[in-house]
Amino acid sequence: MQTQLGSAVFPRLLRRSLSYIPSILYSLHSLLNLFHFFRFLSNSSPQSQKHKEMASPFLSNTIISFSSSLSSSSSLPRLAPSIPFSAIRSKSTPRRILTVRSKIREIFMPALSSTMTEGKIVSWVKSEGDVLSKGESVVVVESDKADMDVETFYDGILAAIVVGEGETALVGAAIGVLAETEDEIAEAKAKAASKSGASTPSAPPPAPTPAAASTPAPPKSTPAPAAPTVAEGPTKTVATPYAKKLAKQHKVDIESVVGTGPYGRITPEDIEAAAGLSPSKKNVGLAVVVETKPAAPAKAPAASAAPSSLPPPVPGSTVVPFTTMQSAVSKNMVESLSVPTFRVGYPVTTDALDALYEKVKPKGVTMTALLAKAAAMALAQHPVVNSSCKDGKSFTYNSNINIAVAVAINGGLITPVLQDADKLDLYLLSQKWKELVEKARAKQLQPQEYNSGTFTLSNLGMFGVDRFDAILPPGQGAIMAVGASKPTVVADADGFFSVKNKMLVNVTADHRIIYGADLAAFLQTFSKIVENAESLTL
Amino acid sequence: MHSTLSFSRATTVPTTNYAFHSQSPINLRFCGLRREAFGISILTRSSSGRVRLSTRGRSKRISASTGNNGTPPKSFDYDLIIIGAGVGGHGAALHAVEKGLKTAIIEGDVVGGTCVNRGCVPSKALLAVSGRMRELQSEHHMKALGLQVSAAGYDRQGVAGHANNLASKIRSNLTNSMKALGVDILTGFGTIVGPQKVKYGKVGFTDNVVTAKDIIIATGSVPFVPKGIEVDGKTVITSDHALKLEFVPDWIAIVGSGYIGLEFSDVYTALGSEVTFIEALDQLMPGFDPEISKLAQRVLINPRKIDYHTGVFATKITPARDGKPVIIELTDAKTKEHKDTLEVDAALIATGRAPFTNGLGLENINVVTQRGFVPVDERMRVIDANGNLVPHLYCIGDANGKMMLAHAASAQGISVVEQVTGRDHVLNHLSVPAACFTHPEISMVGLTEPQAREKAVKEGFEISVAKTSFKANTKALAENEGEGLAKLIYRPDNGEILGVHIFGLHAADLIHEASNAIALGTRIQDIKFAVHAHPTLSEVLDELFKSAKVLDMKTLRKMKS
Repeated sequence: MQTQLGSAVFPRLLRRSLSYIPSILYSLHSLLNLFHFFRFLSNSSPQSQKHKEMASPFLSNTIISFSSSLSSSSSLPRLAPSIPFSAIRSKSTPRRILTVRSKIREIFMPALSSTMTEGKIVSWVKSEGDVLSKGESVVVVESDKADMDVETFYDGILAAIVVGEGETALVGAAIGVLAETEDEIAEAKAKAASKSGASTPSAPPPAPTPAAASTPAPPKSTPAPAAPTVAEGPTKTVATPYAKKLAKQHKVDIESVVGTGPYGRITPEDIEAAAGLSPSKKNVGLAVVVETKPAAPAKAPAASAAPSSLPPPVPGSTVVPFTTMQSAVSKNMVESLSVPTFRVGYPVTTDALDALYEKVKPKGVTMTALLAKAAAMALAQHPVVNSSCKDGKSFTYNSNINIAVAVAINGGLITPVLQDADKLDLYLLSQKWKELVEKARAKQLQPQEYNSGTFTLSNLGMFGVDRFDAILPPGQGAIMAVGASKPTVVADADGFFSVKNKMLVNVTADHRIIYGADLAAFLQTFSKIVENAESLTL
Repeated sequence: MHSTLSFSRATTVPTTNYAFHSQSPINLRFCGLRREAFGISILTRSSSGRVRLSTRGRSKRISASTGNNGTPPKSFDYDLIIIGAGVGGHGAALHAVEKGLKTAIIEGDVVGGTCVNRGCVPSKALLAVSGRMRELQSEHHMKALGLQVSAAGYDRQGVAGHANNLASKIRSNLTNSMKALGVDILTGFGTIVGPQKVKYGKVGFTDNVVTAKDIIIATGSVPFVPKGIEVDGKTVITSDHALKLEFVPDWIAIVGSGYIGLEFSDVYTALGSEVTFIEALDQLMPGFDPEISKLAQRVLINPRKIDYHTGVFATKITPARDGKPVIIELTDAKTKEHKDTLEVDAALIATGRAPFTNGLGLENINVVTQRGFVPVDERMRVIDANGNLVPHLYCIGDANGKMMLAHAASAQGISVVEQVTGRDHVLNHLSVPAACFTHPEISMVGLTEPQAREKAVKEGFEISVAKTSFKANTKALAENEGEGLAKLIYRPDNGEILGVHIFGLHAADLIHEASNAIALGTRIQDIKFAVHAHPTLSEVLDELFKSAKVLDMKTLRKMKS
């Protein structure tokens, strides 16, 4: 029957709507939503009686606001839970109040766009008592997108207006009553009166609410946004604009929420907590318990505990979100906590290295390249330190020795990788390094150039840091933290004192695969290579 | 008073062809924005910073008005003196130099006035930031373009710095342009001491008196603060403070939903604040064409973290102190009953602007301001208390209240210079465009639809309305910014353009085709043949003109017969 109704009317609407396009900026996709018009009118056949039964709880908030409060002693339909449409269809005992004769039809709030949940009556083109003929505009409805004329599909008399101009009704709610003949006007009016008196706000038709909701949904004190003023409830609650919007969207009774914001105000986070939403706005499914009872406040603080677990920001502080690079660093750092690491330090004499550096510096060799080369040569002898543990069950021995070197670039940290550092000679390595740093500054590193490392080198020696320990990046077995080289008094086995340049290196390793002895042996090799620096140039 | 009149006759300047309509009633016509801009100022007078000067002016009143009447100086120090170096004064000065006038400009504060230092210019810097933030935060928009951006953020100090740098750059540009052309910049507050005579000087220093053949008052305006509102500059602020962006509150109430309030709501919501509008009238955005404001509300208010109270006055606003938030008392605009109390983190007073005319010495020449505005005729000539024109004295810009827009002031200034250099000129204010730089922008020129309908009924002609959508524009769709509407109100009988209103991407830049057409009297039947590059946003207007239906002569004749 509905389809019939729809097909008879659709082409006409389509034509009409097309003519609106230039005039009211009407979004094209909403044309599709004209199918929603099928519900627009229904007559009083038994089937549509059920519509009415459904419709009564769908009436707008606004009606409630003018009938101020709901007394619990009103008639039956108000208490009718909104049951999924299909459930109604299968049930067939009509309720007492609905035993009106046919020919009285309700005008419903149509859905004018896919996102429309409620509409505002801009104006009634017709007034009560006017005779309507099929296809005439009756009312102008404002949706979230546009104003639209809504026309009747039936001849008849506009018996009563249920939702007045400037008021808002949810999609599917009855906004007016149409009588077929004059005799039925009185009856229709009575019905309209019962409608406006006996309505409760509820979920829109497609959303099933738990059948256990034996008490009516609590009256919402926040009226529709279209209402000229936002009146507060009997007790003073302060909610931010977005909190109010969210409460409305998620059907949260704002009065039952305890505010955790400044001055006890209700913040959007409080509403999200009360609605059982995670702050990321993901629906937690069944956790959407309808807050039916005023007992809810007891629950709300618990629910809102999550957002308040963070310490409140110090007044005057500024919050600067992470850049992409900073987010990546943050993620890696948190990930690193799942790896059992340990650290081994080793003093390395650098006189030979320093001498070599002075010699090769004019040829463009940097200290980074020297250290990377030394580490690579040591790793070649200790493949386990160059391995990694991917699954917690095995060693992954890497065929290449790729030394990642941590570099600070403004506001971030990146680790360009010197691939095959053991195979390249010092000069090629230095040249390669220069290229990588330039690319890193220009943010042009290819993924391969920063995530293929098998071992990481971090050097803070140039700042005068004498020792530090580094966090092991995920996917690698070990990271070396290099401190500054400085003159140190050393006593040798014969009791002679001398001054030598020493630097402390500290390696952090994954103890699942690299044990203390492995690391110690590696460091010993590294130390020997550095102390016989000439081998680096070979 | 007789003396004033005789004086004006005695010194007819040959170069000006005055048309003496001195008795014509002064009917200040405000359309759209203008009415809104100071609509509330009817209620109370502002207590602006001019007060200390006004006492000084008043003390000189008697001696000045008796002593100098009727004895104009024989030779003048300058051809033209402009009091106030805002955008209006600057525009006038530049044009005066072009016309060969020896020109001086008196400024008591910084060159550039409100627009450059505390208005349009720094606010555009903030809006440039907010526009980008909005774009970067709109996941949906980015995704539609295939872009991935994570966590857009901002540094408040950096944003504020951008606004401040822009203001100082434009200020130095203005200063340099005037210096380069040889305009004398005289520092101090200017006061009119008699006909063609102005004194200026800093408070506490001796005044200098200079004479000029013609004088233009261009003192501008200051933010209007209704009484009961305590501005502390920290939590209860005006646009002057807000532009410094000293802090970004979590929740700010904006009193007034005109273009100042709207622009700031755009800035604050993009930077993460929630906003509550307080509007005295029943509708938000009361100055705009109703259809435009309705659409704008759908795009600029409803989906954002904004709520509003309409039909209420903010009768009392107390700044945050003693651990209490900012408290706003709302009173029903009609019943005058207390309606609600708001507790917010900050309040921005954007109830319009009040003219800055106290202490100008207007009493010395028998001019009485109307709610602070200097009364002028359509040629910006100042009108005295008896309804007579004051010779050689003009007032432009916010101080006369005809149209409180920077570019209108400048246009008025140029018009005055044209007159004093011998060419009669009347500025058509209906051709002056206005824009609100929200995202997307709103712009307008001429009449709104209700104003046009009223005029049509009064003068007995028909009007038609044509509309086009940005949704049909290739460039807008390429930018993924199809939300928008252009509306044309015109006479179908002769093709006259009465008003154009645009809401959409770069609307402020698009309006000029329409405003130029109105200024030059171009009819729709002619402009519709003008060619627009494809694909550009300007095709929205092209479409608009083409969709208008101007009746041809045949139909017209048929209708008449």
